[in-house]
Amino acid sequence: MVAEKLLLPAAPRPSLTRHFPANLPRLVRTHAFRLAALYFAVFAASVLGVLLFVYWNSADFVERQTEATLEAEITGLAEQYDQRGLSGLVQIVAARSAGDRGDAMLYLITAPDGQPLAGNIAAWPLGVPARAGWLSFAVQSTANGHVETDPARGRLILIPGGYRLLVGRDIRDAAAFRDRVKLTLLWSGLVALGVGLLGGAAMSRKLLRRVELVNRTSERVMAGNLSDRVPVEGTSDEFDQLAGNLNRMLDQIERLMTAMREVTDDVAHDLRTPLARLRARLELALIGSDDAADQGEAIRAAIDEADRLLATFNALLGIAEAQAGPARDPAEPLDLCEVARGAAELYQPAAEERGFNVSLAVEAGVKIRGDRHLLSQTLANLLDNALKYAGGGDLQIRVFAVGRRAVLEVADRGPGIPKSDRESVFDRFVRLEPSRSTPGNGLGLSLVRAVAHRHHGSVTLADNQPGLKVRLEFPALSA
Amino acid sequence: MVVDTRPHAPFLLRNMKLLVVEDDRETASYLQKGLGESGYTVDRAQDGRDGLFLASSGGYDAIVLDRMLPAMDGLTMLSALRAAEIHTPALILSALGTVDDRVKGLRAGGDDYLVKPFAFSELLARIEALLRRGSAAPATTMLRVGELELDLLTRAVRRCGKPVDLLPREFQLLEYLMRNAGHVVTRTMLLEHVWDYHFDPQTNVVDVHVSRLRQKIDRSFARPLLHTVRGAGYCLRAPD
Repeated sequence: MVAEKLLLPAAPRPSLTRHFPANLPRLVRTHAFRLAALYFAVFAASVLGVLLFVYWNSADFVERQTEATLEAEITGLAEQYDQRGLSGLVQIVAARSAGDRGDAMLYLITAPDGQPLAGNIAAWPLGVPARAGWLSFAVQSTANGHVETDPARGRLILIPGGYRLLVGRDIRDAAAFRDRVKLTLLWSGLVALGVGLLGGAAMSRKLLRRVELVNRTSERVMAGNLSDRVPVEGTSDEFDQLAGNLNRMLDQIERLMTAMREVTDDVAHDLRTPLARLRARLELALIGSDDAADQGEAIRAAIDEADRLLATFNALLGIAEAQAGPARDPAEPLDLCEVARGAAELYQPAAEERGFNVSLAVEAGVKIRGDRHLLSQTLANLLDNALKYAGGGDLQIRVFAVGRRAVLEVADRGPGIPKSDRESVFDRFVRLEPSRSTPGNGLGLSLVRAVAHRHHGSVTLADNQPGLKVRLEFPALSA
Repeated sequence: MVVDTRPHAPFLLRNMKLLVVEDDRETASYLQKGLGESGYTVDRAQDGRDGLFLASSGGYDAIVLDRMLPAMDGLTMLSALRAAEIHTPALILSALGTVDDRVKGLRAGGDDYLVKPFAFSELLARIEALLRRGSAAPATTMLRVGELELDLLTRAVRRCGKPVDLLPREFQLLEYLMRNAGHVVTRTMLLEHVWDYHFDPQTNVVDVHVSRLRQKIDRSFARPLLHTVRGAGYCLRAPD
């Protein structure tokens, strides 16, 4: 049973977006998590800083103010003591203690034996050491008819002769305020940290989700689904840019793969026949007549067959190379007129011999970015076709500019191509002539189209009334 | 073995030594046999390192080397050879045939580039052109073949003193043929050197140009200079 279970195919990996906590260890390893954690740490530190500042400026401020008030009071009493001696001090303390403690000030002056001389505290507070300096203590107060113990803060001053003066303040309200502030700050701190934590998690989750989309697309592409693409969300942020770039890269790869597959298919379909023919010829030469001349003829025929095969093979490779996309982009500026002039000059004598009247009409300075060899070959293919099929008459080569497009046109007065076939002739090995008596491999126009596309251009076939007009259009290079 | 075109054999005044650097046994023995039958002495190296070792002696008239070789590829070997100041003319044989590949090969120090597979006559014609390049009279301004004269400065062409009127391209064509007088030049060589086209058109465009040139230089003369070599190309040579 266990073995069976182990053999089961792995369950599809749960989507990260929906099963977030289940992937926690993985989450911790992610860059997004570390980024979020860092942000959270910075956030927490700044929240803590703000809270400390608020505390220092409120609760702590009240305490500091209490001490400042006490200092001022003590300074006043010390002046009285200096001027009027101990009895004066006792009088003033008695006078100031007469009220109902409305200002929360506490006074006590005691004799060397500890007996209170004056003040509004009944007795020396318990547990308070007889040592000069700041101290905290508790006092009894009567409010609303019942006795309460309040916290107090004060300072003990030793007067020569064993007398002691305690000046203090009831800080019940201040202490309550401080507790309140502490509680408030604690809660707001917790809430802020909680929000920060959630925010960080949400951020890392969002980041992770988009990275995960890219990852999953790559995996699917690697698994063989070449047409899959990374979703673009339309926000034109970095992730969209990344997705866009990846998609363009995938487009290129897909184009390359398709071109390669097409070549392989073509090789399989269309090179087998001539290869079989070649083999048959050689076999016949071997078993046929022993006459050296006959054998020589058979071998020569076999070599011709091999040459044709090679030409086809080279043409296929050329198309594949042109289709694979711009290898050297941007190509150098190229004068289309020069290309046209060169080809016209090369073909003119052969064309005239076949009864053509070649005319060349070029507009000066029509330039594109392109590869001279490929474009010359393209034009040569078109002229080869015209010479092969048109049978004579006017053969016109034109180069001109229309707006921002550079146009190269070859027009003949031959039979033309019926409208219904004008798309299919660009396919590989398509030859309209059913008998296939004219030499050729049916790859000429395929190369023309591949070269046009490689140069970001197009090729269209039109009726020259009568005849065929092949029109190549490229983005013109502004002079 | 198709070595049926040998109008050029008399040209071999002395025994020329060639080095063939090729790892494929069959191709190498094909080259060795064919070149041997054409009158060359052929040594063979199996990889780039051996090739470099043999070529470093400088004792060869030309090197024919494959581009993709074990131990050290052809271009590396050639660069090393050129760095050592050995300028034996080299012809690169390669299955890589794009314009880029060609440019790379020539930049590495190759003098000519031939894409595999090739016709043997093409290889032979090119090797001869390479060998002549080494021994050509430097900076000549007047080319002569029999009674045909071509002045590179005034661009005037005469046969038996009578001016021959040529179009610019016909002049270039004749100049190339005259520089290679007595030897076969192939259609591909003409397309490369006269038109700078690195592919073969399906139409016989070169033949028509040559026949027009022939009309101008050979018509009205009893003994023709420009000959067609069947299955190979053309040869301009003085009558014996």
